[in-house]
Amino acid sequence: MTVLDMKNVGLRLGQTDVLADISMHVAQGEFVSILGPSGAGKSTIFRLLTGALDADRGAITCNGVPLTDDQQGFAFMPQSDALMPWLRILDNVTLGLEVQGVPRKEARARALPLFADFGLVGFEHRYPTQLSGGMRQRAALLRTVLQGRPMQLLDEPFGALDALTRMQMQKWFESRWKSARWTTLLVTHDVREAVALSDRIYVLSRRPATVIAEVAVPTPRPRFDCPTSADAHALEAHLLDILLTQTGDTL
Amino acid sequence: MHIPLPRRSGAGLTRGLPAVLSVVSAFALWEIYVQISGISPLILPAPSRVLEQMLLNREVLWRNTVPTLQATLFGFSLSLSVAFVLSVALDFMPRLRRALFPIFVVSQTLPLVAIAPLVVLWFGFDLTPKILLVTLVTFFPMLVALVDGYDSTDPEIEELLHSMGASKRVVFRRARLPSAMPYFFAGLRISITYAVVAAIFAEYVGARAGLGIVILNAKNSFRPDLVLAAVVISSVLTLALFAATALLQRVALRWRDAKGDQ
Repeated sequence: MTVLDMKNVGLRLGQTDVLADISMHVAQGEFVSILGPSGAGKSTIFRLLTGALDADRGAITCNGVPLTDDQQGFAFMPQSDALMPWLRILDNVTLGLEVQGVPRKEARARALPLFADFGLVGFEHRYPTQLSGGMRQRAALLRTVLQGRPMQLLDEPFGALDALTRMQMQKWFESRWKSARWTTLLVTHDVREAVALSDRIYVLSRRPATVIAEVAVPTPRPRFDCPTSADAHALEAHLLDILLTQTGDTL
Repeated sequence: MHIPLPRRSGAGLTRGLPAVLSVVSAFALWEIYVQISGISPLILPAPSRVLEQMLLNREVLWRNTVPTLQATLFGFSLSLSVAFVLSVALDFMPRLRRALFPIFVVSQTLPLVAIAPLVVLWFGFDLTPKILLVTLVTFFPMLVALVDGYDSTDPEIEELLHSMGASKRVVFRRARLPSAMPYFFAGLRISITYAVVAAIFAEYVGARAGLGIVILNAKNSFRPDLVLAAVVISSVLTLALFAATALLQRVALRWRDAKGDQ
C-alpha cells in the first residue's frame, strides 16, 4: 500500500526554481532515501510534506488523500535534534502527543516503555544539555516515533554526529527499524548511509531538482553487522558516480 | 545552542568575599577621612553618624519607607503586566509592533524632571502618580527583552511544532515564551534597579510621605546625614528586589544551570 505519493511536484521560491519535477512514492513499511547534493532541495521536499510550504504544481497524497494544510500524516525529525532545552527529556519526547491533545499522564505512559529500546533509561528527567549527541538524537527519534504518524520524515538525522557515534547510531537504528518497520523517508547526502539503510533510493539533481535515478537496494539486512558486501560496494560506487557526474560542478 | 553557565556551588561565600571587602573598606576610608579632616557633618557626615541617625529616626524612616515600597511594588507589578500583555500583542501582530514601538521609544526619551510634576498635577498627591511613573520608567526594558526573546526562538523548534500540527498559539506557549525567559530575566534585572529610584523621584516632586519626602525635607533643613540615611534605605530596597529577581531566575531557569549531575 502506498503511503506517500508525489506526482510531478514543482516549487518556485521567489526567483529560484527549487523543485522542477519530483515524482516519488513510499510504500507501507518501506525505507526510502532521498540522496542529493547540498542545496538540491531535499529539505524543501520535507517542508512541503509538513505543510510549511505549498507546492506550485503537481499532487501529493498521503494514504490516498490529498495533502491539506493541517496534515497529520508525517512525523518530522529536523536536522538538529531541536530538543527544547527547557524541557526534561521525558517532556521533550511526549511533546508531539501533547500537541495532539493527549493528556500528559497518558503520553508519559506511552513513552516510558520505549525508553529502554532507545537507550535512554535513567535520563527521563535530565535536560537535553546533560545528554551526549547520540542520546539527544535518539531522544529526538523517540519523539518522532511516538507521534504514531503513518510515516516519518528524517532530515539528515545523523549528520551532526561525530563519525564513531554516527556509525553506532546507524547500526542501532537499523536494528530498531528491523523490528518496528516504520515507514520512513530519509534525506541524506551520505551515500553509504543511504545504501546501508534503504530499500530504495531516489537521487536528486541540482536545483531545480528532478529525480535523476531511482535505485533499489536488494542487500539483505542486517547490513551493519557484516563487512560491506560486494553488491553494496558496487551500488555505492554507482550512486557516487551519478552524483559526481550528473550533479557536481562542471569543472 | 547556549553556552552552559558555570554551576554555582558552596564556593559562593568565598566568591562574595571580595565584594564585601571592597564595600567595607570604602566605608572605612570615608570614616577615617571624616575623623582626620574634622570636616563639618553639615557638609559630609561620617558613615557612623548616618547609621546613628538611622537608629534615632527609625520610626520616621520606617513610616516613610512603607509608601515608597508600596509605590515600587504596585508600579512594578503594573509595569510587568503591561509589558507582558503588550509583548504578546506585538508578537502576534507585527503591524501593531511597527505602529506602537516608536511611541514606546519616545516614552523613554521624556525627561522625568518634566514629566513627573505633570503626572502629579494630573493625578494628585496619592499613590496613583507614583505607580504611573514607576511603570513608565520600568516597562520598556522588559518589553524590549520579551519581544527580542520571542524572536530568539530556534526556527527548527518552531518548524517541528508546526509539523506536529501546533497552532500559532501553541507555538507561542510551548516555544516562543520559554525561549524568551532568559531575555526576560535580563530585562527584569535592569528594570527592578530603576523602580525604587523612580518611586523616590516621584515622591520628591510631590507626595505626603515617602523616602522622597524625607530626602526633600532633610535637604531643606541642611541635614545631609538624614539624606544619606534615606539613600541607604533606598539602596537596601533595590538590592533586596534585585536579589529576589536573581532567586526567581535561578528557579525559573533551572535548566540553564543543569549540567553534569542533578
